Amino acid sequence: MRKLKIPVTRIEGHGLITLSLDGEGRVAQARFHVTEARGFERFCQGRTVWEMPAITARVCGICPVSHLLCSAKAGDAILAVRVPRAADKLRRLMNLGQFVQSHALSFFHLSSPDLLLGWDSDPARRNVFGLMEEDPGLALDGIRLRAYGQQVIEELGGRRIHPAWAVPGGVRAPLQEAARDRLAAGLPEAMRIIQDAISLYEGHLDDWAEEISAFGDFDSLFMALVAPDGTWEHYSGHIRFVDSDRNVVADGLDPARYPDYIGEQVEGWSYLKFPYHRETGYPEGLYRVGPLARLNCCDRMGTPLADEALRRFRALADGKAVTSSFHYHYARLIEILAALERINGYLSDPDLLSDRVRAEAGINELEGVGVHEAPRGTLFHHYRVDEHGVISWVNLIVSTGHNNLAMNRTVHQIAQHYLSGREVTEGLLNRLEGGIRAYDPCLSCSVHAVGRLPLRVELYDAAGRLISERTRA
Amino acid sequence: MIHLEIDGREVTARPGQTILEVAEEAGVRIPTLCYLSGLSPRGSCRICLVEVANWNGKLVPACATPVQEGMRVVATSPRLTELRRRVLELLFAERNHICAICVSNGHCELQDLACELGLEAVRVPYRFPGLTLDASHGKFVYDPNRCVLCGRCVRACSEVEGAMTWGFSGRGIHTTVEPDLGGPWGSSETCTECGKCVQACPVGALVERGKATAEQEKEPQLLAQITERRPRA
Repeated sequence: MRKLKIPVTRIEGHGLITLSLDGEGRVAQARFHVTEARGFERFCQGRTVWEMPAITARVCGICPVSHLLCSAKAGDAILAVRVPRAADKLRRLMNLGQFVQSHALSFFHLSSPDLLLGWDSDPARRNVFGLMEEDPGLALDGIRLRAYGQQVIEELGGRRIHPAWAVPGGVRAPLQEAARDRLAAGLPEAMRIIQDAISLYEGHLDDWAEEISAFGDFDSLFMALVAPDGTWEHYSGHIRFVDSDRNVVADGLDPARYPDYIGEQVEGWSYLKFPYHRETGYPEGLYRVGPLARLNCCDRMGTPLADEALRRFRALADGKAVTSSFHYHYARLIEILAALERINGYLSDPDLLSDRVRAEAGINELEGVGVHEAPRGTLFHHYRVDEHGVISWVNLIVSTGHNNLAMNRTVHQIAQHYLSGREVTEGLLNRLEGGIRAYDPCLSCSVHAVGRLPLRVELYDAAGRLISERTRA
Repeated sequence: MIHLEIDGREVTARPGQTILEVAEEAGVRIPTLCYLSGLSPRGSCRICLVEVANWNGKLVPACATPVQEGMRVVATSPRLTELRRRVLELLFAERNHICAICVSNGHCELQDLACELGLEAVRVPYRFPGLTLDASHGKFVYDPNRCVLCGRCVRACSEVEGAMTWGFSGRGIHTTVEPDLGGPWGSSETCTECGKCVQACPVGALVERGKATAEQEKEPQLLAQITERRPRA
């Protein structure tokens, strides 16, 4: 058997891809393995529900805000409180900041070197430093845009990473007037940067035609939160599933009842579980989440510039769902634009300066689910507590996990398209990595795993012998 | 008056004063942990160890040692810093002190001491004991994972409140602090819910219910304020 090992880099975490060939040397099977486990669901047991936002935020240094907010929402459910209006808006504002910083990191720092320097360019230069030499303006723009998103988080939570700010029942402090003015001052530049980036992406669509058709272009379901009126949503609302024709498969689903429509399969070869649409079954119930899914699921973005961009995005598929995972990048940029437009709206809202930001309560429910949209997709925190608020059971379904089946399918498609012969070439390695990277997976979060992420690719022949492997040094 | 020397400075003291009290009056910093003004000294944590030069360099706890005529006290030296750091390392290794997610992060005497004494690494293996958090009380939470066994809660409860709810249980490494000889705090028949133990606790072991990470601030000086206002016999 012929086996090819490829390490994946410039994503968050650790991964291995194995490709198995049939007798004719074609790709029979491709698997994206997540090779680390951490055990957050276990060691949170015995802690109080009030500590959970800060504990689960430590899953990751990129997505702490997502876990912080989602955990606080699960805590709201256990306290059975309605979060004060100001706190709701403040949490939304922080989540928008998180979208900007995380998406900017994914596009500018991690992915744009592939897109702009070329898939076959020297790997030693195909990174953000190479980008700085080639196009310093763009690299700086990316850094500045990410910094703006981080600034939103910092002005609210006091620090850029791991702010212990959101708590069950609300948030700890409102926005200060001076901080609001600083955010307003930085907004025009951020808007300019994202509009430039969208133009840049749209200008290159023809150059990337082959990758667009090979990087996970397949029919599937898409899942996302949408607002009650169908508008793009990032913090509350209900769950909607659409298919590749953008037919609504299910709508108005209560996020707290996710076990009714999401199943989780475990495979022996990966620490990352495989969620699937329960009604469709496993593995056919593959669905995608994240920027691409949110744009496919929603009826409109709800802000003028983003709605215009959504129209151009929809035109790619004649109004149907955009099915190529390559366009996660496109969707990500449009979401940054939408986030910035919404931030702009919040900055003139006097509620953000209100001191009424926290509802106090005891333990009123013994079970609570928090759901919101993290940059990478829908995030679920589900806790059970005893009557004193001590955690007895935890289930986290993390954005990257939802995309697990889709990432495997994408790896298969890329291997079929680009593998020639019995060698893992640099070009194949790059594209496999790029295909995974389009999802902006956060493996630290998804398996609650630790460490860097070198991707290894192993190629096996039909007899199961390892015939080639490649690891990113 | 008693005459003695602290870090080379000649100072005078009243009979019955401890080395710590005299050093504080003289402006000499001696770090403490189990000591709390308003409570009786115990000398159990060994953070305030000082050297008495003319007692062959004998180490004594400054909080619990009365001054004597002619004493030459060394309160600051590389040896003492190293010893205090060692004591701190043992405290950190004994239970599960995870500052990043602790409710007392940023307002913790143990953490402050680590910063003050330059503790950069713990050279002994962590024990990671699996201790059960007690959230049964309506107003407070007791997390033995963060307890340093200073006994300030025990003394505050008996000496200031007079309830005697808290006491030590077990021996040596197995020692814990327990309400009413064991059992959940929420079912305690002696606890008056006054919260003095929480204010006295230097770390995140006794905290107010509902506090999230880094939110718990305390006012341990309340204990001294209460005792000072009391009529003296």
